[in-house]
Amino acid sequence: MRRLLPHPILAGFLLVLWLVLQQSAGLGHILFGGVIAIAVSMAASAIIPERIVIRRPLKFIQLIFVAGLDIIRSNLAVMSVLFHPRPNPTAGFIEMDLTLKNPFALAILAVILTATPGSAWLEYDRARSTVLIHVFDLVDEEEWVATVKKRYEALLLEIFQ
Amino acid sequence: MIADLPLWLSILVSAFVVLGALLTMAGCFGLVRLKSFYLRIHGPTMGTSMGGGLILLASAIYFTLTRERLVVHELVIFLFVTLTTPVTLMLLARATLFRDRVEGNEGVPKRPEKAETPASP
Repeated sequence: MRRLLPHPILAGFLLVLWLVLQQSAGLGHILFGGVIAIAVSMAASAIIPERIVIRRPLKFIQLIFVAGLDIIRSNLAVMSVLFHPRPNPTAGFIEMDLTLKNPFALAILAVILTATPGSAWLEYDRARSTVLIHVFDLVDEEEWVATVKKRYEALLLEIFQ
Repeated sequence: MIADLPLWLSILVSAFVVLGALLTMAGCFGLVRLKSFYLRIHGPTMGTSMGGGLILLASAIYFTLTRERLVVHELVIFLFVTLTTPVTLMLLARATLFRDRVEGNEGVPKRPEKAETPASP
C-alpha cells in the first residue's frame, strides 16, 4: 500500500481537484482521475521522500478561517492607505525566529503571509531558521511577531508536529 | 440574463464584482504610485487575494443560480492563484535583495554572517 500510494493526502486532493475541474462525479471521471492521482503521487515521492503526517486535520479549518479573516482585514487596511492622496506607509523589514521546521508547514505559512497584502515573505534561512518578512504598515515590531506566532505558528505546530 | 435573478441577488453579485474590481484597482494604483520595490510588491497581492476572490465568488454565485447546478470552478482558480503567487513574489524579491546587497544599497537588511551559522551537514 505504501508503495502504491506514497502520498495519500496528495492523491486524494488531486482526485477531488480533477472531479471539480470536470464538474462531474461519473464513474469514468473517478477512474481516470484516480489513475492520474496515483501516478502523480508516485512521481512526487521522488522529490518528496518523507511522509507527510497531519496530526490534527480539523485544526486546518480553524487555520483557514483565521487566515481568511486576517486577509480581509489586511486588504481593507492596505486599501485605505493606498487611497490616500500621498501614500506613505511606515514599512519595514522584520527578521523573526521560527520554531516551525516542517517544510510543508513553512510553505503554508509562506502562502498565508504572502496572500496577506500587508506582508510579504522574502527569505527563509534554514541554517538559523529565521525568516525575513517585509511589512507594509509596521507599527509595532514586537507585537507583529507575537501575532504571527500566536495566530499561525502555534496552529501549524499543532497540526504538523 | 441578469433579469432572471431576484433583485437582491443581482445587487449582491454586482456589489461583489464592484468591490473586487475596486480592490484590484487600488492594488494596481499602488503598484504605480508607491516609491520602492519592496512597497510595490504589496499592491498586486490585493488583486490576487480579496479582489480576485470577490470577483470569483460573484461568478460562482451567479452561474450556480442561472445554470441551476453547483458551479465551483472558481474555487480551483482561487487555489491556483493563491498557491503560485508566493513563488513569483519570492523569486522577484530575492533577486532584488541580492542585487541591493551586492550594490550595497541603503535600507536593506544585511546578509547573515557565515560565521554565525552552524556547519550544515
